[in-house]
Amino acid sequence: MRKRKEAIAGYLFAAPWFVGLAIFLVWPLLQALYFSFCDYSILTEPRWIGLANYINLFQDELFYTSLFNTFFIAIFAVPGGTIMALVLAMLLNNNVKGQSFYRTFFFLPSLVPAVPLAILWAWLFNANNGVINELLRLVGIQGPNWLGDPNFSKPVIILMSIWGVGNAMVIYLAGLQEVPRHLYEAADLDGANPWQKTRNVTLPMLSPVILFNVVMGIIGGLQMFTQPFILFPGGAPARSTYLYTVYLYEQAFISLRMGYASAMGWVMFLIILVLTLIALKIGEKRVHYEGG
Amino acid sequence: MAKGTLENQRIASVATIHIILIILSAIFLLPLAWMISTSLKPTEETLLSPPTWIPSRILIENFGKAWNYNADTLGYVPFLVYGRNTIIICFLVVAGTVISNSIVGYSFARLKWPGRDLAFALTLATMMIPFPILMVPLFGLFKELGWIGTFRPLWVGSFFAGAFNIFLLRQFFRTIPFELSEAAKLDGCSEWNIFTQVILPLAKPALAVVALFSFLGTWNDFLGPLLYLQSQETFTLALGLRSYQSQNGGTDWNLVMAASCMVIAPVIILFFFAQKTFIQGIAATGLKG
Repeated sequence: MRKRKEAIAGYLFAAPWFVGLAIFLVWPLLQALYFSFCDYSILTEPRWIGLANYINLFQDELFYTSLFNTFFIAIFAVPGGTIMALVLAMLLNNNVKGQSFYRTFFFLPSLVPAVPLAILWAWLFNANNGVINELLRLVGIQGPNWLGDPNFSKPVIILMSIWGVGNAMVIYLAGLQEVPRHLYEAADLDGANPWQKTRNVTLPMLSPVILFNVVMGIIGGLQMFTQPFILFPGGAPARSTYLYTVYLYEQAFISLRMGYASAMGWVMFLIILVLTLIALKIGEKRVHYEGG
Repeated sequence: MAKGTLENQRIASVATIHIILIILSAIFLLPLAWMISTSLKPTEETLLSPPTWIPSRILIENFGKAWNYNADTLGYVPFLVYGRNTIIICFLVVAGTVISNSIVGYSFARLKWPGRDLAFALTLATMMIPFPILMVPLFGLFKELGWIGTFRPLWVGSFFAGAFNIFLLRQFFRTIPFELSEAAKLDGCSEWNIFTQVILPLAKPALAVVALFSFLGTWNDFLGPLLYLQSQETFTLALGLRSYQSQNGGTDWNLVMAASCMVIAPVIILFFFAQKTFIQGIAATGLKG
């Protein structure tokens, strides 16, 4: 009797989520699947065209370009950001005086919202009087046309995301503080140097946290939209910063090719699924879980 | 003698760490310093080469100009309207997120019902669904409802909870001793009363984390407003800020930077008031995969 009452309460309490799940996730997901097999502009009813969207997609040069750009940026930004965040966290974990000040300094940039961030970056990397090139000039380097040269546009986005590693740094710092002291003491007794301690104690203990954040970083990176959309309208220069989500958005809401965009959405979803599964598999083998 | 060298070594390594930290701090703060410096400069001075770090004249009125940016000539809506819209949406989203996720999180954490663990696994799996795949169907749904151009597409969903916050609150609710619920039950409390009078008061730190991050997410959101808002009077700060830049051809960088400062400032101020919540919240969200 009491059990039944509790179950009813449980369903009632969870009801908002079940409704939300159905309306805002499951149904749209299925609809997107249906649209991906249709010619659909939102102005008229969807018309079934079978696999045509997917066939076109796999022959679409811009699809590959945007996918390449997105992965290129993620492949540099995610490890780069991870290393930067780890280095900062390890430096701060040395019980240095003024730790909280340094932590604040490194954390502040990650608070900057995406739109002002992109605008600020446009100003910093301005070729003519941007401060980055002015600083390079001081040390005798002629800075490149960051925003206009396809060879330098991607690094601008990568640098921007590395600048915002404050979040990850805080996570790693909290993780470092949970590493049991006795492990370091044991390493000291064995005469380990700082590098060996990092390599054999810190990193293995931190590995679940690192894995989790790298996977989330890649999934987030695949969906990057705001910064390139504002900083590089139309993926300029020469489509070098045309990212997958920007392409998807423009197909859906500028070209009104909503069926095509839905096919792109499903491809993205499948990529994320595969990446997550791979990460979990690697995690099982290589990551050290306490007590596991 | 040997002790003295060791001591010197220790001092040297502490000094090295500080030097590295100071250099890195400078690099991390440089863009923000440049933004503030630019926002206070006269327009001509923004174009000087080599650049000046300290403005020759400090023009606080740049902020006033950005606040009322050419409202008449270019048809811009003043900053204040963007700010008001953003605050309304943020308020609704924070309210919806905290209320709905605490209720649902309570169910997953402290009530037993058939199928709960399966439902929870399913809930976690939904975190893999990328927003871009939902854009087209959701736009269609909100169009059906006649909500395009209103704030509703941006906040209604928050009243139906979400995987991430459910997870976060569930973890926290489970740390509250179950004896408290048992005792309240023996006193004849209903589940709703236990939830509101026993659990919620103890969960304030976790609720603060959820509130804070949903506020930040909404304050920063650009894609949502870009999809659903259509006229200038309904724009949010994130969306409105773009019009300073693009329509301005990038000329009045001092005003663009002043406007950017004003969008960033509330977030920074919030950080200084709620530093502990920030740090704990981020650690909590990132540590337990």
